[in-house]
Amino acid sequence: MEKRVVFRSAWLPYALLAPQIAVTLVFFFWPAAQAGWYSFQLQDAFGLRAEFVGLSNFAALFRDANYLHSFQVTALFSALVAAVSGIAIALLLAVMADRVVRGALAYKTLLIWPYAVAPAVAGVLWAFLFAPSVGIVTYALRQAGYDWNWVLRGEQAMLLVVIASAWKQVSYNFLFFLAGLQSIPRSLIEAAAIDGAGPARRFWTVVFPLLSPTTFFLLVVNVVYAFFDTFGVIDATTQGGPAGSTQILVYKVYYDGVKAADLGGSSAQSVVLMLIVIALTVVQFRFVERKVQY
Amino acid sequence: MVENRPWLTVLSHAVLLAGVALIAFPLYITFVASTLTHQEILQVPMPLVPGGHLWENYSQVLTAGSHAGAAAPVGRMMLNSLVMALAIALGKIAISIIASFAIVYFRFPLRNFFFWMIFVTLMLPVEVRIIPTFKVVSDLGMLNSYVGLTLPLIASATATFLFRQFFLTVPDELAEAARIDGAGPMRFFRDVVLPLSKTSMAALFVIQFIYGWNQYLWPLLITTQESMYTAVIGIKRMITGGDALTEWNLVMATAMLALLPPAAVVVLMQRWFVKGLVETEK
Repeated sequence: MEKRVVFRSAWLPYALLAPQIAVTLVFFFWPAAQAGWYSFQLQDAFGLRAEFVGLSNFAALFRDANYLHSFQVTALFSALVAAVSGIAIALLLAVMADRVVRGALAYKTLLIWPYAVAPAVAGVLWAFLFAPSVGIVTYALRQAGYDWNWVLRGEQAMLLVVIASAWKQVSYNFLFFLAGLQSIPRSLIEAAAIDGAGPARRFWTVVFPLLSPTTFFLLVVNVVYAFFDTFGVIDATTQGGPAGSTQILVYKVYYDGVKAADLGGSSAQSVVLMLIVIALTVVQFRFVERKVQY
Repeated sequence: MVENRPWLTVLSHAVLLAGVALIAFPLYITFVASTLTHQEILQVPMPLVPGGHLWENYSQVLTAGSHAGAAAPVGRMMLNSLVMALAIALGKIAISIIASFAIVYFRFPLRNFFFWMIFVTLMLPVEVRIIPTFKVVSDLGMLNSYVGLTLPLIASATATFLFRQFFLTVPDELAEAARIDGAGPMRFFRDVVLPLSKTSMAALFVIQFIYGWNQYLWPLLITTQESMYTAVIGIKRMITGGDALTEWNLVMATAMLALLPPAAVVVLMQRWFVKGLVETEK
């Protein structure tokens, strides 16, 4: 879509665009290009000399068992976050909130506030509940005969970061499902009811298929969230441990680059991550175009 | 509702109440922990009703920080967070609204090129270009400064899109009328476009304020002085490792302080929040 009426000026549009473009050039394109450049280089331990090594950083990366493990961890983590918070819990709550008349606004308010909590703070909150020695949930689990110590056990650490990340994300998904449910024409549901379909049947045969664009959109958004925004959750709780069992790709880029000072390896990982973001963005936008049609 | 099924309504309320309880549970425990002493928390299980040390804990962290971990006053960190959130939110709105005004209301060479340039930044989150961005900021001498905290995060593809979408819905007649009346582009921008964009700006402000306040990785990288920590970083620095050593009562008081301002913005500006959330994702 284009405007028919426009203004004319030889310099004004450039001046208006200048701040935005300057920031993107200095803080986005230049660093991204440098990440690409470093990824082909090998630096000595003091950062004094660098030599061009072609694709060997990438080759080393994909031979590295830790990196491949980090891929698996990320896949498992994002699948759990997206499935648990993205679909199951948020959809259930949204369907219920769509039904109730009394107290609808109160429920909505009480369900959306975790969106405002920083991922790192969410991590700290849950880490305290599940703290091995003082946590209240740990105490309850121990009373029930279950030994909980995420500091030592990988699968429990994974569960902790999934819960903390999902808890924060439920509110976001809830809002989108609620909006999706409210845009479904009442007449369709009424027609199904007249044909004798009960509430469960109406949900699975009418409502859920009509919600599928929203569901798919949220899956993509949640995967992006799990990939990037959960850095704070991981850093504030497990820091990738124990033994790399919660070390997602973003955390590894940070750890290798900042803590281990492996510039080439970290940059190669950045480039791989950029490719993943590009793929996810393309999926998201192709889908958004299709959403308009349904 | 299509038909009256009382048991289903009861079930809905039950599920929603359970959901609300589950969502609120960590917050409640956090609040309780922030009103206890360190000793009370170490007695497992900790009490489940608030204790009497609310004022003590909060004034301790606000003015002095924790004893064992970072000893910087959280009051200062809250101020840093506020400056960062406001600068990012207002900065993003300001530079995006003029950029999309240029893209929508002018025809000029390279217009599409610039638009795509802004678009591509969506694909370059801070997390994937950590080290080089840090280097750029450090070369520019912006470490431990408000400029360094905010400027690199200020470009916004989503805000530019949102304003562009909105400008495209503004009737052409308004621009036409303004031109006939002899108004130049900046006059039109100030007197017509800005007042019309108020709702979009409010919606964006809520989203970007939360985004700015909750930043974690970026301040973690570029702030090394305690006086420049944001509240979210401050919490992390108070956890000293070791359950028993960490002063959880003070950590939890800081957590409450760090999450209250953005939560208040969401709850008080709920209408704009929902609008902003749904529209920025289009």
